[in-house]
Amino acid sequence: MTLPIIQSRPDFAAIAAWIPHGASVLDLGCGDGSLLDYLKTEREARGYGVEIDDRNILRCIARGVNVIQGNLEEGLSGFETGAFDFVILSQTLQATRHTEKLVREMLRVGREGIVSFPNFGYWKNLLQVLRGHMPISDELPYQWYDTPNVHLCTLRDFEQLCHDLSMQILDQRVITGGREISLLPNLLGSTAVYRFKRNT
Amino acid sequence: MDNSVGIVQAQHANFDQPLTCLSSGVLPRYDLAYETYGSLNADKSNAILICHALSGNHHVAGTYADDPKNVGWWDNMVGPGKPVDTNRFFVLGLNNLGGCHGTTGPSSIDPRSGQPYGSNFPMMTVEDWVESQARLADRLGIKQFAAVMGGSLGGMQAMQWAITYPERVRHVLAIASAPCLTTENIAFNDVARNAILTDPDFHGGDFYQHGVVPTRGLRLARMLGHITYLSDDAMAGKFGRGLRSGKYKFGYDIEFEVESYLRYQGDKFASYFDANTYLLMTKALDYFDPARHTEHNLAHAFAPIQAGFLVVSFSSDWRFSPDRSREIVKALLHNRCNISYAEIQSRHGHDSFLMQDEQYFAVMRNYLDNIAREVSR
Repeated sequence: MTLPIIQSRPDFAAIAAWIPHGASVLDLGCGDGSLLDYLKTEREARGYGVEIDDRNILRCIARGVNVIQGNLEEGLSGFETGAFDFVILSQTLQATRHTEKLVREMLRVGREGIVSFPNFGYWKNLLQVLRGHMPISDELPYQWYDTPNVHLCTLRDFEQLCHDLSMQILDQRVITGGREISLLPNLLGSTAVYRFKRNT
Repeated sequence: MDNSVGIVQAQHANFDQPLTCLSSGVLPRYDLAYETYGSLNADKSNAILICHALSGNHHVAGTYADDPKNVGWWDNMVGPGKPVDTNRFFVLGLNNLGGCHGTTGPSSIDPRSGQPYGSNFPMMTVEDWVESQARLADRLGIKQFAAVMGGSLGGMQAMQWAITYPERVRHVLAIASAPCLTTENIAFNDVARNAILTDPDFHGGDFYQHGVVPTRGLRLARMLGHITYLSDDAMAGKFGRGLRSGKYKFGYDIEFEVESYLRYQGDKFASYFDANTYLLMTKALDYFDPARHTEHNLAHAFAPIQAGFLVVSFSSDWRFSPDRSREIVKALLHNRCNISYAEIQSRHGHDSFLMQDEQYFAVMRNYLDNIAREVSR
């Protein structure tokens, strides 16, 4: 039953692989709650989601996933410092306005952060730019004028941000079409998943 | 009305065991008026307790055979196929102690004096109500509620249940509620109380013996309360600056539509509600503050809680604002409780919790559906 979720969202498998049994998880922008549902059944994770969209709130409640309705742009003040083992931001980073603040907040609330995002540096994206257009793909399915993505970045851009914010990258997976990429990830990877923590 | 519980009847439970209240006042014996809808399953696991707010009572849903227009105060929420589905749940509503709808209250006869309690009725707290509700649950053989729920003051009772009797509540639905009143809220309540207390017909609470009712005070109290339960937006939308006769009359009679509405609401309320009950209910609101035992740390006050929570707030509710609900959520998160929180976009102010709204009802339905599945397993 859990397989279709993983197939439709390849980053979920990478994320789930990092979550140890019984961990506490906060999923920011949790959507319909499918990742939390998966982590609950597969990892017995104690999870909560944050979501803004009314329909997704209904879906989360219907599947018995804990969900807090709220706007990530208003920060994570509703969550205590060190409350979670992991704070996840999957496919949402690029759509946040106060990105830097949110990434900092993730590591205030959680011991470790996990982020997945579409790699703007993926060759197919670059090709479309070279042809004179903003890229449109499975990961970036929007027109330039209706996209919610305001902070697109490449793998190296994100790594630079981690460095600037004194964060240590613990692990990284780069995926294209459900397959893991190890060669030239910044160019050949369509989706990146990072696990990071504060430098100690 | 095929999705109504239909004709219902109030029942009364008499309790001879004295109730010592938090105020150290004692009720030697008392009656609780209640109604039930749906049927209790074999293992008595499908019961939902509905706690009422300031002016509510045990008549939650359905109508009376001899009073078909008297529809329960939460009839849109409770019934067959409704979010609180009486085909699946056994629903219990009662009138709280101090009430004026059949439960022992200030207008009831004090067995010790043979006169109405009046000013001798003990001050009530949410804790006292929960105690009396637990005794009623014992009487009905309900060891554990599938859910205890309510809006506003009703939500406070539901929260108190989860603190006092953690093992007796599977779920709490706290709607448009707060962990305690704000200063401003207490201030509003005090103005309302003063309207009643200073009415010459109040007679220190013993107006029954004088054959009068402090309707002027009660009416003002209700008018004030009513304004605060709505939003500026909702009132503007409903009445605007509309004039009853279309032009200024330069006098103090009813001119604006909103005046007409408020006076009507005030008169209606004052004609059936007991002034002492109103005073008691507002004080119970003011006193509720579970964190007062834990150095104002709500998370610590919530430590005993085992129940799963659904917390719902409404964007335009300025008396029990979303911020107050978020305080509840934060304290529950601290205690690693199962908790979901929905913030409904609504323009009807605090009264939103009584109104039919698509998203609000869908949230309630989805949450309660899971409870129904859980208790039928």
